[in-house]
Amino acid sequence: MNRYNRHIILSEIGQEGQDKISKAKVLVIGAGGLGCPVLQYLTAAGVGTIGIIDFDTVELSNLQRQVLFGTSSIGKNKAIAAKERLEDLNTDISIVAYPEILTYQNAIALFNQYDIIVDGSDNFETRYLVNDACIITNKPLVFGAIYKFEGQVSVFNYQNGPSYRCLFPDPPQKDAVPNCSDIGVLGVLPGIIGSMQANEVLKLILDLGNVLSGKLLCYNALTSATSTLKIKPNIITIQKVLDQKDRFNEQQINIGCSNDIHEISIYDIQLEDHFQYIDVRERHEEPKVITLNITSIPLSELEDHIETIDLTKKKLIFCQSGMRSKKALNLLKDLNIDDCYSLIEGATEINNYLKEHHKILSDER
Amino acid sequence: MLITIKYFGQIAEVTQKDEEQIEISEGLISELLSTLNTKYSDLKHKDFQIAQNQELVNLETELTGDEIALLPPFAGG
Repeated sequence: MNRYNRHIILSEIGQEGQDKISKAKVLVIGAGGLGCPVLQYLTAAGVGTIGIIDFDTVELSNLQRQVLFGTSSIGKNKAIAAKERLEDLNTDISIVAYPEILTYQNAIALFNQYDIIVDGSDNFETRYLVNDACIITNKPLVFGAIYKFEGQVSVFNYQNGPSYRCLFPDPPQKDAVPNCSDIGVLGVLPGIIGSMQANEVLKLILDLGNVLSGKLLCYNALTSATSTLKIKPNIITIQKVLDQKDRFNEQQINIGCSNDIHEISIYDIQLEDHFQYIDVRERHEEPKVITLNITSIPLSELEDHIETIDLTKKKLIFCQSGMRSKKALNLLKDLNIDDCYSLIEGATEINNYLKEHHKILSDER
Repeated sequence: MLITIKYFGQIAEVTQKDEEQIEISEGLISELLSTLNTKYSDLKHKDFQIAQNQELVNLETELTGDEIALLPPFAGG
């Protein structure tokens, strides 16, 4: 009896469909609550090559929901422990474990080796990294995320469809949204959401049914309610990621540790947000940044002009090169003024960006 | 007009409910949001997107819908 008989006898799949499954290469980010069911079903289905990347080790408190692991897995790396279990489940496929952190340095080369990327990570830093790397490598992203009793599922970056950034343009402030380890999660919830992700992967491979692209499915385990929201592609947002392609591997991932460095790039902010832009250069310095409403407070006078800082707004500080703005940031931090960010770019680069940004906007109209 | 507002994740924790109906005069999404910010003061510390009749909208969109949803991002996996 063929292992895949129950697939093959479905007229919608058949031997032809099963061959597609065996040729598919799927990379799963994170072998946790979502990754475990995704991996289990994709392995059972016979996906030919499965990559698993996870740097974390199995803990006792994981076993309530991370169904690939047993008591004997405790202390082992999750990617390796998952591979061991999955190789017993299906001996016909190739499973590659990457017991390491997904970074801006290794993501592109890794994603290029696979057809479909599945996000089962548990932090925003990784989620935005995965999204951007999928845009750059042009891979469909099967997204799943959970919170207590609720889950979200979607397929991003599929056939010119929207990306995660078209839904949530920028990561929330660090620690603004807690994760499962901090607040708890119903054990069966990632089982449901992860199974939905595995289902989307198989639909992508088999070109079957309607892929959950351009839509976000929200599921509530307590009410059993599902809602589906439509998401439109935001060309500017996606293009911004592509424009930053050459600088992608210069970024650093900071998971697990919430440091207080608030440096951001002009390319990563929404100009329409309500910011106070503070120029900390001396008043005679050129070029001026003209298109934005700027508060000018030279670094040397900053402490004497605190009253001009709007405490109700996010403060974006810039200078000629990004150095003085960082000093200003630390100074304001010492004065207990929150919500301050230092722009990585200097005035010239900001002007270049603004010119380009306004050009895109006026071209659109 | 009478609209139904659905709350998800952390937003439902702030409002202490998954759903409610409110009566509001016509206007922009931003006006609805300031009404909600007054009603739920912790809301302004939260990140979320707003959908009207299952489609994402921004603050300048006219309120037309019968159903609004406040949707936060989830990190968990």
